[in-house]
Order: sequence, then structure tokens, then C-alpha cells
Amino acid sequence: MDASIALLDFLKIGQPVPDARPWPRFVLDGKSWRHMVERMEHCAWVLLAEWGEADAVHVLLRDEANGAIAIATRDCHDGRFFSVSLARPGAIRLERAIRDLCGLAPEGLEDHRHWLDHGRWSERRPLAATPQEAAKAAYSYRFLPAEGEGLHQIPVGPIHAGIIEPGHFRFHASGETVVRLEERLGYTHKGIAKLVMGKPIADAARIVARVSGDSTVAYSFAFARAVEAATGCEVPLRAVWLRALMAEIERVANHLFDIGAICNDAAFGIMLAHMGRLRERLLNANEHLFGHRLAMDRIVPGGVAVDVDDIALESLAYLLSNLRKRFERAVTLYDETPSLLDRTNGTGIVPSWIVHRFAAGGFVGRASSRGHDARRVPGYPPYDVLDFPIPVHSDGDVHARLMVRVEEVRASLDLIATLAADLPSGPVQADVPGKAGEGTALVESFRGEVAVWVRVDAEGRVLACHPHDPSWFQWPLLEGAVEGNIVADFPLCNKSFNCSYSGADL
Amino acid sequence: MIPPIARLMFRHLLSGPATLKTRLAPNDAAVSELAARLEGAAKARLGRSLAIRAVDAGSCNGCELEIHAVNNPVYDLERFGLRFVASPRHADVLLVTGPVSANLAEALHRTWTATPDPKWVVAMGDCARDGGCFAGSYAVLGGVDKVVPVDLHIPGCPPTPLQLLTGLLALLDHAA
Repeated sequence: MDASIALLDFLKIGQPVPDARPWPRFVLDGKSWRHMVERMEHCAWVLLAEWGEADAVHVLLRDEANGAIAIATRDCHDGRFFSVSLARPGAIRLERAIRDLCGLAPEGLEDHRHWLDHGRWSERRPLAATPQEAAKAAYSYRFLPAEGEGLHQIPVGPIHAGIIEPGHFRFHASGETVVRLEERLGYTHKGIAKLVMGKPIADAARIVARVSGDSTVAYSFAFARAVEAATGCEVPLRAVWLRALMAEIERVANHLFDIGAICNDAAFGIMLAHMGRLRERLLNANEHLFGHRLAMDRIVPGGVAVDVDDIALESLAYLLSNLRKRFERAVTLYDETPSLLDRTNGTGIVPSWIVHRFAAGGFVGRASSRGHDARRVPGYPPYDVLDFPIPVHSDGDVHARLMVRVEEVRASLDLIATLAADLPSGPVQADVPGKAGEGTALVESFRGEVAVWVRVDAEGRVLACHPHDPSWFQWPLLEGAVEGNIVADFPLCNKSFNCSYSGADL
Repeated sequence: MIPPIARLMFRHLLSGPATLKTRLAPNDAAVSELAARLEGAAKARLGRSLAIRAVDAGSCNGCELEIHAVNNPVYDLERFGLRFVASPRHADVLLVTGPVSANLAEALHRTWTATPDPKWVVAMGDCARDGGCFAGSYAVLGGVDKVVPVDLHIPGCPPTPLQLLTGLLALLDHAA
């Protein structure tokens, strides 16, 4: 048996689903699914997302060898499926979530604890064909133990000291050194997968735009592309460019804030103040260009909701040159402050092999040698005609994650300049045809690859939808990165990851 | 050689503060007027001190971004004596965002209990009012007032820093 086989060749053992675009979906029976998981041990098939429905589990896979993407589906009428986590550890939390939401049992998954379900919802297994009644009392949670002389526990959260999202961190520490960190998330679970079911496309778009507010443009972009793929909608060129313009402004704005906040967590507050000013300029530009500081709900299926005028674009060009100059000044400051570099260098190291094993994207992956970017592979318009570098570092520490952001800011500022200067003219919106189908889209948010899968009917309603946040594959790596560091460096490590709670809790 | 931090700080000294009044967009007049009113009210009623504790009750984190924004040098909330604190035990005001996810409801209530009297609760954003676009979900209670008494709503999705400032002014009037 040949160990290495192309993904699409392998999936031919399943039944292709009609109307799945742009990437095919194949339905596998139990035996072929198990065969697929075993194959994954040998094949470079990257797990991009995994999610469940009432009686099916889907995985979105990409073949590293040739870039082919496909969805494999296991029909789970028997209520169980063979766990993908045996070949891809990134699937562990995804499958715990599937068990909580759909009631499907992942066979072979070692972790039997709940993930999203804390025993506080008004119904259990909300996505199952027949949801169960609410739990009588909230579940208790058994954290993984760490044993040894003088070990102590530090519980942190869900309410944190800073202005950040809620989540629980359980540290086992020996003196100042972290022996084990375990995360417990799910506090911001809002039941988005069920909320969007049966909603008109426009209403669902509003909800998906709020999966993670800092990546709202990326989510709207991905959702719109998925709906357009499903319905065969052609988007006008100007709208495509405006989408990228919004996406790049969002990337820069978030990176600026992250760079400032990382330095702030190393007690270097002037960077946060400086970056806060620069970010504010960009958000103001967003307000002038698109009428919303975060450009929320400005990307809609079929195009964009607003057109920009030339005067706003001109002032954007002026803003950019100013921004670049001030940004470089701050980078020089970072580069030449040894006490700050001392904190960021060698702190929170993520080894390259872990990043590859979890297929973590974004700055977490790119700081540890995994140079993947959805804008390049699989690529989507308008990035297919644009030239931009994808910075990759190999140290995997806080410093590397910060430098990846710095270089991405530079690249994105160039992209914004190009996008604004060469913006094509024409309409900005097309009608979404009333056609049933399934669509999938991958869009690079500032944090990494956002995947959205959607199924719509001919009346323009969303039947099912799954938005996948890049944080699913980054959160587990934070646990590893903190190990062996001092407790006081946790905020620094955490900020350098800046994973989304809301995005991964859904 | 002059170290970069000295350069940067010197530049800031020369250019003056980055706070709103130096900017020229039409909203600025309203904001500086608002800022003056806010300062007066804060002084009179709270002796220049109002400690705010932000609680994310399941928001999409859009509101948090704007809370960070009012802390940046452009809006600089602290010049009014309004400041964000790390513990509810130090707080006068709980600024709650999000539709209140079921998983966080108990933590929110406990945070409120830990805040000493007199205290006020501000629900920030459209979903903190009634759940917004998340209303009706099995995992969402649909509004901050389902768990703790709310003194004020600040509308917006997310509210802009300007709306947030206006809202805090309204709170000062209300708290009189």
C-alpha cells in the first residue's frame, strides 16, 4: 500500500455531494472514515476545521503536497465517529465541542470532559436532532493534575484583571516557574451555529460578523465568499478590491494594538500609547471611508455595503505616509531598548514541530517557521494579482511573534497603498442569486486562517453554517509555550498569541 | 548618540498632547464640550474619582476594542479622573459588555456582589441591552439586566469612544 496518496484520489472512495463549491465534499461510511484518519498519520493532509451537524461530522482538509482542498463527511446516524484527534491533536477540543453540541461520540478521544458545555445552557446538545433538557446543575471540571513537592495552583479567571475576554487559566507552579498551564474556555459561547439556522442570509451575515469582533472584516469576507460560492454569485471587481482594503486596514490596526500591548505587558507603556495613537488614525480613516470604525457589516454577500469617495481615498494616501514614518520610529525604539528585548527574547517559545502538528496559522505559525497564508494558498481575489511578502521567523518566541507583526504591518501598508491607488471603478454590489448549494471559503484574518462553511436554500435562507476561528489551533500551543516560564511572563506570552476567546467559543 | 526613547519623548514634549482637542474633525467640538461637562460633573459628584471595572459577559470583543480606545492618548479617559481598575473590589462602576452568556452569568453576578456599594452598572453595546443579534439563543440570557440591575445603557455596535464618553456623562447625571 502506498503510504502517500493525494487527498482527492483518496476521497474518491466516498460519495461526492452535488452543489458543494468551490471545493468538493465527499460522504464517507464508517470504515472509509476510519481509513482516512489512519492515512492522515502518513499523509500531509492539514486539518483546517472540523464541525458537526445533527447526524454528520465534517472535516475540511488541505493536501500540503498539491494544495488541493476538500471536505470529508462521516454520516453519523449511529451517533458515533472515529476520532480524528488520534492523527491530529488540534482536533481534540473541536471534537469535545462536537460532542457537547451535537451529542455525537468521538471514538478513541481520550479526553472525556465537556468543553463548551458548562452545564448552564437552557438545553443540552443543542445541535442534535432532539436536544436534551438543561442540566440540573453546572458541571464541575477536573483539571489535569501535576504532582511534585512544593507545587501550588493558581486559578485565574474567568474574570480577568485587564480589559480582555473571559476564560479560566489554571496554573500549576513551582515557586515562580509554571509547571503546567491548562485553559478552560467556553465562557463566551453564544450558540452561533444554531442561531444562524433558518435565518435569511443578510441576518446570518450580521451574526457571523460578530463571531470575533476584532476580525469582523475577515469573518464577513469569508461568509460572503462562502455564500457567493454556494450560489454562484459574481462579485464586481471594485467590491473585491474594497474588501481587501478593509481587510488590510483591519490587519494593520490589530497588529499595531498587539505590538503596543505586548510591550505594555513588559512594562513599556510608551509603546502602547504610541501605537494607540496610530491605531486611532486608522480607525478614523475607516469611519471616513466606510462609515464604521471597525468596518463592521460593510462586507455583505454580493459585494460591499458602501462605496468610497475619492476624497477619502486621497486622505488615506496622505495618512499612510505619515503612519509609516511614525511606525518606523516606534520599531526603532523597540529595537534599541535592551531591557525590553530582554523580556521578549527567549520567552514563550513554541517549537516548530508543534506548530506544524497543530497546523497553527497566523503570527503564531509564522514565528515558528510555518509560513502559511491563506491569501497565497489557496489564494483568493484580489490577492492573486497582488504581490506581497509573507514574513517567516524561526525562533518561536515572543520577539519573533512581534517581529512577524511588524513586518506584516509594513507589507499591509504597502498593500493598502496599492489597493487605494489602483481601485477599479464600477458597481460595488451584485444580487445574490436564489440558488441552493454549499459553499466554503478561507480568508486570512490578522490572526490566521478563518474558514466558513455554509449551506443555503433557494429561498435565500441559511440552513447551516460553521465559522472556524484560527484560535482553535493556537490556544493549545499557548499552554506549551508558557511551560517553564515564570508566572509573571504569562501576560506577555498570552498577549503575543492574542487568541480570540469569542471566536473559539462561538 | 541620543537614545530613541529620548528622541520620541522630546518629540512628544514639543508637539504637545495627542488628546482630542488638537484634532480638527467636526466631532471634536462636541467632544471637547462634552469633556468639559464631564470634568465638571465628575468633580462635583465624585470628587474626581470614578473607578470602572470592565466585565466581558460574552461580547464579540468589539466593545473591548473601543474600551481600549477611550484609554488611548487621543481620548484619554483618565484626564477626567475616570479610570479602569483591575478588581471589582476597587470599582464604583461595572461596565458590562455582551449579551450575557449562560456560562458567564454566575461570574458576572459574583463580580457585582464583590463590588462595594454605592455601585452602578452600565450595559455597553446593543447586545448588552437585550441580547442584540444573539437574542433567543440557548446559551445567552439576553441582556445584562437579566442578572444584575442596570443603571444605564450605552447603545451602539460597538459604541464609539464618543458614545462611551456621552454615556458616562449620563451616568454621572443619573448617579446624582
